[in-house]
Amino acid sequence: MREVAILGVAMTKFGVSEKTNLEMFAEAGLEAIAQSNLEPKDMEALFFGNCLGDFEEGQMHMAPFAHAELGLPISAPATRFESACATATVAIRHAALLVGAGVYDVVIAGGTERATKMGTPLATRTFAMACQAQYECGAGITFPGAFAMATHMYAHKYDIPLKNLKEDMANVAVKNHAHGSMNPKAHFQKKITTETVLGGMMVADPLQLFDCCPFSDGASALVIAEAGKAKDLIKNPVFFAGMGQASNGPLYLQKDLTRIRAREASVAQAYKQAGIGPEDIDVIELHDCFTIAEILALEGLGIYDFGTAHDGAAKGETALNGNKVVVNPSGGLKSKGHPIGATGAAQVTEIVEQLREESGPRQVDGARIGLVDTLGGDFGTICNLILRS
Amino acid sequence: MEYKITFNHYQQGLAEGKFIGVKCTSCDAILFPPGALCRECGHTGLEPIELKGEGRIRTFTVVRVAPEGKTPPYVVAMAELDEGPWAMGNLIGINPEEADMSLIGKSVKFGSHEVKGDTYSSDDTRVLTFTLQAS
Repeated sequence: MREVAILGVAMTKFGVSEKTNLEMFAEAGLEAIAQSNLEPKDMEALFFGNCLGDFEEGQMHMAPFAHAELGLPISAPATRFESACATATVAIRHAALLVGAGVYDVVIAGGTERATKMGTPLATRTFAMACQAQYECGAGITFPGAFAMATHMYAHKYDIPLKNLKEDMANVAVKNHAHGSMNPKAHFQKKITTETVLGGMMVADPLQLFDCCPFSDGASALVIAEAGKAKDLIKNPVFFAGMGQASNGPLYLQKDLTRIRAREASVAQAYKQAGIGPEDIDVIELHDCFTIAEILALEGLGIYDFGTAHDGAAKGETALNGNKVVVNPSGGLKSKGHPIGATGAAQVTEIVEQLREESGPRQVDGARIGLVDTLGGDFGTICNLILRS
Repeated sequence: MEYKITFNHYQQGLAEGKFIGVKCTSCDAILFPPGALCRECGHTGLEPIELKGEGRIRTFTVVRVAPEGKTPPYVVAMAELDEGPWAMGNLIGINPEEADMSLIGKSVKFGSHEVKGDTYSSDDTRVLTFTLQAS
């Protein structure tokens, strides 16, 4: 496979937007193309992420309209990807695979989502469509509910009093909000305390409001090219060192929700391709859709042993001023926000900016290797990307 | 390949108070809810099997922010059948406010209740229920 690089990266401010999915995507996409010293006509394909446009705007088949909005040539195919919350990461991985395979030299990938347009009841219903419809959805399971069940299972499996585990989890939210307070693109840019988290309304026992990421609007996009071409175009391309993706079935087949086997398989592919291990990673953007999700991810990625990440999280070890790898300097999904079709591209945007030392007050000193981790559905899809400067 | 026990067969079973899964004719593994092939060995030779409908709670949550069309609070749980498979359903017959960690490991009897279809899933379906057994 040819070496593949990322050129321009861009994201809109995440939050509540009055702009349409296409308008947000055009803002991010055109900025990414301009940063790459390229023009829309230079793009050979669009790998487009969107999950719920059908419900948000009554818009199916959004990819060709995004293509038109960016002014791409008719010869460049535009394809929609949907992998629930991992949508954009999966789109980016497939873009990189096809550039690596020599099918294309320069492409654009990313995603857009306008989840707040639906309101909470419809958004909760549509997100739950990523649960198995015949055998699980009918019970009224929700996304917070799935992670809540994982939380109870984690407390039971490792014999941790639930109250103590919840305090540890609250510190994940505190850390990510502290990081997000330094990110002008974040949905929430305010620090919170553990009291804020533990005083929030209950969403799905034991997860409270501040254990959960928000519904957000936003878009993010990046330009991907063959490495030689990338080096000719910009001074600081970031390179794909390893990629992985794996799939899990419904929760009733997964059984132990504390071990997300798809993540373990996915990140193993990425580490192997990169020829590195978890100890070599300088900065991580991982899928903290809920506070427990960050703890599960830290263990599945090999940063902590199983059953121990809650303790490290409570001690702030993965904060910007911590003593381990820095996790979610952007604020994560929790604070930066989670427009599901765009999230993976925004995670990549943060890692690329970190590796280029462009992250200002939340810069991770000396970051050379970064890891992206994105989870889709009720643990059904995991996609990992390892990037290096 | 012929699909032995479809979702409709499974639904019909639930309506009759039966829990119909499939058993692998090669390795004896039991799959419930049913599927196209054995999850343990990949064999497609499967025979219908009626399960006892008894098991233990493995995890749960109380849903308080519900999808459109659902009325919270209600308890969603995963239970392990005595025969091995796990399934998701609603823990009923308890006050959701009293659902706590002590539920995990408790014995339950399986049943089912009807859930109305909505705009997006037009069919009414039967969904598994779990009821705590006197211990």
